[in-house]
Amino acid sequence: MSVVLGTLRPSSASKRARHLRDSRREPLLVGWILTAIAVTFLVVFLVLPLATVFHQALGRGFAAYIKALMELDALAAIRLTLVVSVIAVASNLAFGVIAAWAITKFEFPGKSALITLIDLPFSVSPVISGLVFVLLFGAQGFFGAWLQAHDIQILFALPGLVLATTLVTFPFVARELIPLMQEQGTQDEEVAISLGASGLQTFFRVTLPNVKWALLYGVLLCNARAMGEFGAVSVVSGHVRGETNTMPLYVEILYNEYKFMAAFAVASLLALLALVTLVAKIVLEQRATSE
Amino acid sequence: MSAIIANVDGPTHTAGMAASTNRKFGRHRSVIPGFGITLGLTLTWLSLIVLIPLSGLFIKSATLSLGEFWSIVTSRRALSALRLSFGLSLIAATVNLVFGAIVAWVLVRYEFPGRRIFDSIVDIPFALPTAVAGIALTTLFAENGWLGAPLTQVGIKVSYTPLGILMALIFIGLPFVVRTVQPVLLDLDAEVEEVAATLGASRWQTLTRVILPSVLPGLLTGLALAFARAVGEYGSVIFIAGNLPNVSEIAPLLIVIRLEEFKYADATAIAVVMLVVSFVLLLAINRLQRWSEQRK
Repeated sequence: MSVVLGTLRPSSASKRARHLRDSRREPLLVGWILTAIAVTFLVVFLVLPLATVFHQALGRGFAAYIKALMELDALAAIRLTLVVSVIAVASNLAFGVIAAWAITKFEFPGKSALITLIDLPFSVSPVISGLVFVLLFGAQGFFGAWLQAHDIQILFALPGLVLATTLVTFPFVARELIPLMQEQGTQDEEVAISLGASGLQTFFRVTLPNVKWALLYGVLLCNARAMGEFGAVSVVSGHVRGETNTMPLYVEILYNEYKFMAAFAVASLLALLALVTLVAKIVLEQRATSE
Repeated sequence: MSAIIANVDGPTHTAGMAASTNRKFGRHRSVIPGFGITLGLTLTWLSLIVLIPLSGLFIKSATLSLGEFWSIVTSRRALSALRLSFGLSLIAATVNLVFGAIVAWVLVRYEFPGRRIFDSIVDIPFALPTAVAGIALTTLFAENGWLGAPLTQVGIKVSYTPLGILMALIFIGLPFVVRTVQPVLLDLDAEVEEVAATLGASRWQTLTRVILPSVLPGLLTGLALAFARAVGEYGSVIFIAGNLPNVSEIAPLLIVIRLEEFKYADATAIAVVMLVVSFVLLLAINRLQRWSEQRK
């Protein structure tokens, strides 16, 4: 705007532009104080805790750090975490895509209630998400006697860990896809179908390319949460060392045994995962906007 | 929650056009295949993973008589745990409301070195595992920690006290207010502020009478989300809390303790109270989000 006016009457126009710009600003001192408050708040609550993790992990040198990660129990915890999160993320990916298709491509009654139910695990305490599976499959649980009779182990074993993690991370992929697919509407798909494409062809060649970055981000977020889940997994795990300890549970055990350096070494891997997730978010958002 | 993240500066396509064609054709039978099977799978999976397990909680609690339920929930230890969880969560959410609003404002309106990095690390509490946050905050605020040492010198003890719980709850609720308010501030029409200034409003008047009403739904949504998250939080709290019964024992920890004692009924009763509050909060958040969408 100042450019257009500037060609007409330079001096007064730029004064006017400055006045308008100033009308959207606080006095300089107030601006400095606000910025200082915001930066201090973020440094205290975000930067310092994160720095603490790496400072403690590497406090006794890089060799000790690597040695802590190479412990058999640590490796077992890393392996278990990977297995659990791969299963949980894959199932929530499939669910998220299917649910987003049903919700965004069709009109049906009760749709908003369905979306609310999908969001439900976000507002349930992780501890409760674990507890419900204890009530179902525990020795005194609804299916406890039947499971024991058939020698099936769900609680304190891999299936329990997977179920609890899947419940906690249930909404992530669906919640990334639904708003975006709602915005995009159904026209592209309708054209593809009327040109003779099958439903699956339409999904893979028309819908998927439109939402791939949001889908990828949903998967990453889901994965970060799945690998880091603590409360729910802690309730169903039984804490069998080397067998049912995921990385966060192993961190807790090491910490409670005062093996702080080792605890922070394993924790630093999880913190790295969080940082990678955030960087990926930025990259994916840039991709999505540039397309 | 993640929907909010996606909204921050996510892709905005030709939403208006798509929405209008949607409305035009929505009433007709859709030509797109897969309605039956996708909705069927969605409902089945949702029931198996979420609805049936959660309803098991209510079935279990129904085996308790009302008197038993009441005496569990109102026992001194349960009551102090619930009071601590809800009370501290409310304080933490309020702190996040104030500082989150300032952070969002500064990130949107000011240019300073590292602004983009600060903007992206706001999401750390979403991505960092709670146990990692828990041991990091405990170490940071411990008596020999980077912040704990100077605080101890002035007589403030954070780790292993309710104040420590508050710090953890502020940490995990931090992104919510920022991420609900930021997009509203970005969308704010510059002209409205300019008009207010031209008509003689002071900066303070413009802020409180023009800007605040339009960010209010976002602020309240963020407050509710941060509160809901804090109430159920477990991992980041238990390390820093000290976990003294009646003093610094949060409700989710009491559930775990009762479970480990095989007192399933006690655990279930406390969980039901928390879950009902979560449902109410979820409905309130939905209302708030619809309200803020209407105001756009």
